[in-house]
Amino acid sequence: MNQIIGVEGGPTGPPSMRIHPRARLALGLSVLGCVPLLVLPGIAAFAVASDAERRIWASEGAYTGHDQIRTARRLARIGIGIGLATLVAFLIFTQRHGIGTVREVFFKPEFLRGSFPKVLKGFWLNVQIFFIAEALVLVWGLVLAIFRIAPGRLGAPLRWFATAYIDIVRGLPAILTIVLIGLGLPLVELPLFKDFTDFQFAILALTIVYGAYVAEVYRSGIEGVHWSQTAAARSLGLSYGQTMQHVIVPQAVRRIVPPLLNDWIGLQKDTALVNVLGTLEGFNLARNYNSNHSTLTATTVLGFCYVVVTIPLARLTDTLLKRDQRRTTGG
Amino acid sequence: MTFLEVRDVEKYFGTNHVLKGITLDVDEHQVICLIGASGSGKSTLLRCINGLEAIQAGSITIDDLEVTQEESRLNFLRRYVGIVFQSFNLFPHKTVLENVTLAPRKVLMKSREEAEAIAEPWLTRIGLWEKRNDYPDRLSGGQQQRVAIARALSMQPKLLLLDEITSALDPELVGEVLTMVQELAAEGMTMLLATHEMGFARDCASSVVFLHQGVLLEQGTPDQIFTNPTCEPTQQFLKRVIEAKRI
Repeated sequence: MNQIIGVEGGPTGPPSMRIHPRARLALGLSVLGCVPLLVLPGIAAFAVASDAERRIWASEGAYTGHDQIRTARRLARIGIGIGLATLVAFLIFTQRHGIGTVREVFFKPEFLRGSFPKVLKGFWLNVQIFFIAEALVLVWGLVLAIFRIAPGRLGAPLRWFATAYIDIVRGLPAILTIVLIGLGLPLVELPLFKDFTDFQFAILALTIVYGAYVAEVYRSGIEGVHWSQTAAARSLGLSYGQTMQHVIVPQAVRRIVPPLLNDWIGLQKDTALVNVLGTLEGFNLARNYNSNHSTLTATTVLGFCYVVVTIPLARLTDTLLKRDQRRTTGG
Repeated sequence: MTFLEVRDVEKYFGTNHVLKGITLDVDEHQVICLIGASGSGKSTLLRCINGLEAIQAGSITIDDLEVTQEESRLNFLRRYVGIVFQSFNLFPHKTVLENVTLAPRKVLMKSREEAEAIAEPWLTRIGLWEKRNDYPDRLSGGQQQRVAIARALSMQPKLLLLDEITSALDPELVGEVLTMVQELAAEGMTMLLATHEMGFARDCASSVVFLHQGVLLEQGTPDQIFTNPTCEPTQQFLKRVIEAKRI
């Protein structure tokens, strides 16, 4: 290693020529990164080298070169390159023999074509469930959040209810709640729920589950609005409810759009869980197709459908976030 | 006639005793300046008068109505007790005009047109009627603070509390806000203000109150307080202020 960099100064060497302990570590890591054919040590070495460089220049003031740091960075980069190349070679090598089977299982063209209309029909049901549940969740989540932070003695039962609800629902796996609601409620024959279809039960169950998550998102947004806003509104004579309605919630909603959309993406994907209710939605139709044709291709197709819907939503989240940042930082 | 009566008010934040038996009277059309070091309890006293903070003992009476933490009473009292904060606290999601008209519309149940008719003269007077549709973040600090004052005045308060309203402003913006307060004082608005602007206190106050570690140490005309302070802490405080060239 000393030969590689050739600048090892003993304890008597000038300070700028002494190898910084961090640089030594970076060099070691970068060599490691080349040898066991992995990328990660290379990346770690690069990070350590950069950090060491920054620290040295920060602590010693003047620019002194520090060749060993630059060498370490270069070696780290080479380590990353070799690691990546090896990884790709390894993947190609192992996949050459198995690639035929992979296509058979996941991407068989005739099954792709054959299953698409059926899967799409089922997926359309997921989309409907999603959109309706979404709208209901927005309202239900806000109601729960308002309950959760209801003030005073009068609000105590509301707070208690909302806290218990959110704790329990968030503590349960979504699929359990869906089974309990979707399969259990029809058996109880409650007046209102007696005539629900499984489609409606699916929406109800997802609303109950995601209402709890979204309530917490709302709450964090509401609590994130600085208390001085409440002070200003209350001092003008606005009541607690008016302050919430006109001052706090509008500001909270603006800042929770990104985490809210995150939960929407979760909800979109979890519409697949309602398959346990026997609803003929995407997942079940894909599974039927698969078992008739000994393949998983229909599920791949369904996965494609999901991604096509969720990715635009993720991009929308980014766009809204950026626009919001632009607006709040002023023009 | 005594409009605001503060009697033996005690206020604790946990174990921290911040107001120690404060007694103070404010008559109609008086301008009272609260001075004192940071942490002496000026802001807390103002917040207690507005009911934003609860007091633990004593009483505060505004226009013969005692300030308690009872919800409906506070909502009623706050219709005619305005407060302006150090950090403006404008509503960032509402335009200048909406900031000023919100309370008249929602609290006084005015229509949008009526509320805007109330807001217009105030916004015109502070020279911001043209900017009525801008959001607060497009305004300078001085402009924001003047909007905040207009917002408080839109409720036509009988008592205005001003909590160090120039402390968060750049020095060159202080003047425009103080001028506005001076005009209000000349028009007979009853005001109680916490301030570090000693020059302003000397020129405008009908009475100056010195608070020291939660105790009302001294009260008198600006002349008495600034030229002839009797208590040791007042003398020390004023000496520091003069050294800092704040007078």
